[in-house]
Amino acid sequence: MNLWLAMGLMGAGTYAIRLSMLVFFDHRRLPDAIREALQFVMPAVLFAIILPAVLYVGGVGEESEFDLSIGNEKLVAAVMAAGVAWVWRNAWATVGVGMAALWLLQWAG
Amino acid sequence: MRAQAPLLLGVAPFGMAYGAYAIETGLSGGYTQAMSSVVFGGASQFVAVQLISSGVPGAMIVLAVLLVNLRHVIYSASLAPYVEHLPARWRWLLAYLLTDEAYAVGMTRYARDDEAPTKHWFLFGSGVALWVTWQMVTALGIFVGAAVPDSWSLDFALPLTFIALLVPVLTNRPAAAAAAAAGVVAVVGHDWPYGTELITAIVAGLLAGVAVERLTVEETANA
Repeated sequence: MNLWLAMGLMGAGTYAIRLSMLVFFDHRRLPDAIREALQFVMPAVLFAIILPAVLYVGGVGEESEFDLSIGNEKLVAAVMAAGVAWVWRNAWATVGVGMAALWLLQWAG
Repeated sequence: MRAQAPLLLGVAPFGMAYGAYAIETGLSGGYTQAMSSVVFGGASQFVAVQLISSGVPGAMIVLAVLLVNLRHVIYSASLAPYVEHLPARWRWLLAYLLTDEAYAVGMTRYARDDEAPTKHWFLFGSGVALWVTWQMVTALGIFVGAAVPDSWSLDFALPLTFIALLVPVLTNRPAAAAAAAAGVVAVVGHDWPYGTELITAIVAGLLAGVAVERLTVEETANA
């Protein structure tokens, strides 16, 4: 599929989702089970992207390898960033400390 | 507008990280910027870029992005009672601007116990301010991404940004279970084709979250 067409479909679909209960359907008839399940989309999506991105190492175009060890610079930097996020709840600090930690570890190693 | 400033500043790192990350993966500036206005949903834009760069087929990317944005059904439903009385054109307009952040400020305003009949203008104003900010910080990120050499590993901004988003939503056991299950499935399915691991991971996360929530409710009831 052409990437621009894909973007158009993503946009139209997302808009339709946002319109759903405002325009298309009666919000009183949204089943509780769906409400319950959808509150877990964010934690699920976020960690499903984070964990492989941190545990599989290898540059762009290289074959990536699973590495769950202290020698994995991305893993160490991500754990530090998570600590910062936990304590300060600040996105600038989280991304800043994580990037700085990765650069420092790569430079030292 | 004053109530908005921290919020607008809050989305800035995410928009910048998105722009820089998309450029880093090789997408064009035009495509990256267009996505910010056509899709206008932070987390789903990152997911789209990641899947595009992994060579996942378009139809699967669309499916994954819609799954990520499906949570907006809840926002749409919670907002609906407050805007039922408005003409359809207002509801079509507000739906386009309905993001996580606009939802958060809008619901706070509606929860306030006054009878101001113009609260939808507040929602519209916040939505527009967020939209403009999102476009500007995306552009800034594109600029940064283009200026920074590849050796700086800017693609690492994706997991870092998501860590910053994840920590505040891990407020209870069911949410943590949803994250854990999805994370494990995504790692195990790392080599599965067509982005199926991400979609499976999200579904596994929803099931785990619901299961743990039901167990927790039972425990409380039995105690």
